[in-house]
Amino acid sequence: MSDTKEQMFEKRRKVNQMAIALSMGAMAFGLVWLVWILWDTIILGIGGLNLSTFTEMTPAPNDAGGLANAIYGSFIMVGLATLIGTPIGILAGIYLAEYSPKSFLSNVTRFVNEILLSAPSIVIGLFVYNLVVATTKTFSGWAGVIALALIVIPVVIRTTENMLLLVPAGLREAAYALGTPKWKVIVGITLKAASSGVVTGILLAVARISGETAPLLFTALNNQFWNSSLSGPVASLPVTIFKFAMSPYQNWQELAWAGVFLITVAVLGLNILARLLTRPQS
Amino acid sequence: MQPITQNQSKISVKNLNFYYGKFHALKNINMEIPENQVTAFIGPSGCGKSTLLRTFNRMFELYPEQRAEGEIVLDGENLLTSKQDVALIRAKVGMVFQKPTPFPMSIFDNIAFGVKLFENLSKSEMEERVEWALHKAALWNEVKDKLQQSGSGLSGGQQQRLCIARGIAIKPEVLLLDEPCSALDPISTAKVEELIIELKQDYTVVIVTHNMQQAARCSDFTAYMYLGDLMEFGQTEQMFFKPQRKETEDYITGRFG
Repeated sequence: MSDTKEQMFEKRRKVNQMAIALSMGAMAFGLVWLVWILWDTIILGIGGLNLSTFTEMTPAPNDAGGLANAIYGSFIMVGLATLIGTPIGILAGIYLAEYSPKSFLSNVTRFVNEILLSAPSIVIGLFVYNLVVATTKTFSGWAGVIALALIVIPVVIRTTENMLLLVPAGLREAAYALGTPKWKVIVGITLKAASSGVVTGILLAVARISGETAPLLFTALNNQFWNSSLSGPVASLPVTIFKFAMSPYQNWQELAWAGVFLITVAVLGLNILARLLTRPQS
Repeated sequence: MQPITQNQSKISVKNLNFYYGKFHALKNINMEIPENQVTAFIGPSGCGKSTLLRTFNRMFELYPEQRAEGEIVLDGENLLTSKQDVALIRAKVGMVFQKPTPFPMSIFDNIAFGVKLFENLSKSEMEERVEWALHKAALWNEVKDKLQQSGSGLSGGQQQRLCIARGIAIKPEVLLLDEPCSALDPISTAKVEELIIELKQDYTVVIVTHNMQQAARCSDFTAYMYLGDLMEFGQTEQMFFKPQRKETEDYITGRFG
């Protein structure tokens, strides 16, 4: 005997309700931890935050101080890594999507890029240690910049390629039909059409490297003092947090929370910005 | 109507064969496209009408597996073997596609983009050119107050007329239209058809269409294609009232296709 229409509908309705209940449960489970993390970060972070956080250097244990050198170091290293990694990533992405999407070289590049993308960042840190720190015999900001740039490049390559592939073939053909040379089609039309996606990729890469600790641990190391030169050890927020949070000193722990709060706000801001840029224009 | 021989031919197609990889898509096509007339290509899907159109501006070259053999002579020169830069050929032979494809920029820049590739115009000359092209495409009155707004904000019919304006702004000699109205509503279609009839004063127009009435309404000559063969080619009036081949009649009257 087969079920009647009503019975089948009733069954489907129940399965539907169960599926909704399960996905709501999973979402609630995820949200609880996220809200908890944000709550702790805000409460403890704001508690440790004051003007001297931005103006004073990292202190000795049980001494007053701030995070100025770490904030500055992070800012410079993340900025330079993005400046170096973004053009390389965009050009490589253009090559993969526009110039020879199916060639052997492209397939190899794509495969290597995937590996680089999923490589644990500590591996990249160790690689740069071996390449730069061991040869120059000194920890340096530059080594940190190189390690972070190596994380930016694969992210930007992947998003640039994907975003360019999303540009409809018709748009490309229309541009060629006007007699547009290839480079102009890419720069003037396809890259422009994909720009919000590419910028989002860059912002997400920036968000990712601003919280990376492992690649900086044995490249830029850390510095208790202000160091505007990148040829010596440079402080950064993540490494300072790592050091301070594990210490038994209360002032260090408070500063670590303040640092966590600053990074969270910065990453949140970048994510919101990325969202706004990809929002479909009405 | 004049007989076909009295119109000077703009494009001569001679023994043209076309291949997608191994698939033989166009079989030994011979035809003369008359100057300053509208020529329509009709036929069922897959018969090769768009393929034929895309050989006239060497659009197929974007795809390495496609190749054409034979001759397409424009102003005495075989386009397929021409040493001329393909960009210059495409400046002479403009094309409008099935789906409207506004570029991701303002309405003004959409039109100025192509012009800038071939001419160095002053700001005021460029403004004049853009206005001229939009007038020609019967779009000026609808967009004159929002030239700096994005082209993608326009309706489908307006976007298609923007694409036509973009095509004529670089002053080509031939305009290829690949089913320009298939994504448009009847009102926009009527506007584009009126436009096509007007455009033939200055340009040689070739249009691919699935719409028999459209071919009847706005073309002077019609070519009926089937499975890669040119079955019949002649004056539109004659094709629609007294087709020479039974296949043509069957297709036009809707008994086939």
